[in-house]
Amino acid sequence: MLDDFLTRAALGAVGAAVAAAPLGCFVVWRRMAYFGDATAHAALLGVALALAAALPVYAGTLAVALGMALAVARLTGQGLSSDMVLGVAAHSALALGLVAASFVDGARLDLSAYLFGDILAVTRGDLAVIWGGALLVGGLMAWRWQALLTATLSPDLAWACGLNPDRDGRVVLLALALTVAVALKIVGALLIGALLIIPAATARRFAASPEGMLAGALGVGVAAALGGLWGAWTFDTPAGPSIVVCAAGLFLLSALAPRRG
Amino acid sequence: MRRNGGAARVSALISAQGLSIRLGGQEVLRNVDFAIHPGEIVTVVGPNGSGKSTLVRLLVGALRPDAGQITRRDGLRLGYVPQRLQLDPVLPLRVGRFLDLPRRAAPALRKAALEEAGAGALTDRLLSELSGGQLQRALLARALLNRPQLLVLDEPTQGLDQPGSAAFYRRIEQLRARLDCAVLMVSHELHVVMSASDRVICLNGHVCCEGRPEVVAQAEAYRALFGTGTQGALALYRHEHSHSHDGAA
Repeated sequence: MLDDFLTRAALGAVGAAVAAAPLGCFVVWRRMAYFGDATAHAALLGVALALAAALPVYAGTLAVALGMALAVARLTGQGLSSDMVLGVAAHSALALGLVAASFVDGARLDLSAYLFGDILAVTRGDLAVIWGGALLVGGLMAWRWQALLTATLSPDLAWACGLNPDRDGRVVLLALALTVAVALKIVGALLIGALLIIPAATARRFAASPEGMLAGALGVGVAAALGGLWGAWTFDTPAGPSIVVCAAGLFLLSALAPRRG
Repeated sequence: MRRNGGAARVSALISAQGLSIRLGGQEVLRNVDFAIHPGEIVTVVGPNGSGKSTLVRLLVGALRPDAGQITRRDGLRLGYVPQRLQLDPVLPLRVGRFLDLPRRAAPALRKAALEEAGAGALTDRLLSELSGGQLQRALLARALLNRPQLLVLDEPTQGLDQPGSAAFYRRIEQLRARLDCAVLMVSHELHVVMSASDRVICLNGHVCCEGRPEVVAQAEAYRALFGTGTQGALALYRHEHSHSHDGAA
């Protein structure tokens, strides 16, 4: 079954959607949309560095994305205007990645594959990494779910309850870097942010609880992954952007529906 | 009746010695001593920027002091009511679910806490759609879940009108009587220093003065900070509710 490239593509896309759903909810709740973009854009630099150093691409992506997330968290935590810092970081990371990529032999680095995804080239090895990463992200978020909800409402309340919201915040950053590494091959560095935010935003219209919103984001993400892939196949369009277009379509539909909760 | 000071002193629930802290390069608290004993109601008053909330955040563990130390009684059950929540309508959270944070509570316990806080009708309401007073009661219900020995409230009446504040203070007084918990409150409402306070601490970076509400209201340091104009309102408030203190303990 895994011999069929379309099956592999579908499994890969669903895996990325599964990783993005719980994290996407927190990205929306904690107003980290720009933060997600900055981390995702850093992935390209990770790819270039990994290729230059002959290291696995996933490892380079994960390391640079995590480094970026920690650095930006530190800067924004120091009272610098976070909107400004994130704007600087997101665009600088992308430009730096593009410049770094130009130093890597073109035969080894297909730039558009990393910017927009290359889902039809997903291998069995990619699938293992994607699903391993998705399960890890899911596990991390399930483990810290209650603590993160508390800290999102009030870090002081979390401290008073004996939790450590600083540490839990770093768990979110780790999960974010993992998701970036996992989703890079599926939708590319430029559209990972969309995969995080749009399913969660769509689910909000119908959710009556945080868990309901998570389930909705999961459903919308998977539907967009499969629908986008089908669209790409049928209309011969690029797969990554097609997935995001499908998600955006679902968001528009949901915005027209009567609101609950 | 009076629980603080004197020979019958029981060991404190929380005590702090020599607390100092700088935030963003500014010295916020300097050499502050503090203690609260079982069943006692302590109100911290002070002007904006006097370090009231910082003191509370140190005591609940949200900040670490640069100097000094904080001692808690072993296994202290603390219920904390934060000043506000970061409420975004994008997080669909109902009051009943909020009470399950950070640990799931038994439905019966949840119901009892909501009733006790006067929030019984709010279970299915979204947090982001509550009025200031309703949110305050929901926060209080969450803090009551673990049968606290110490209830800590940071500016609990912010955003409430004066009758709302008075009603909230009366509720706290009744809760103290029923649950036999100590209460630590922070207030910037100098004119409504709670009549039921056993002790008022007047803070301005350091402890300016401390004692029974009527003593503090007369103190030089208090008048220097807040002027003499507030004294009349304080007296009025005390007069209105002077019938309800005794028997509270």
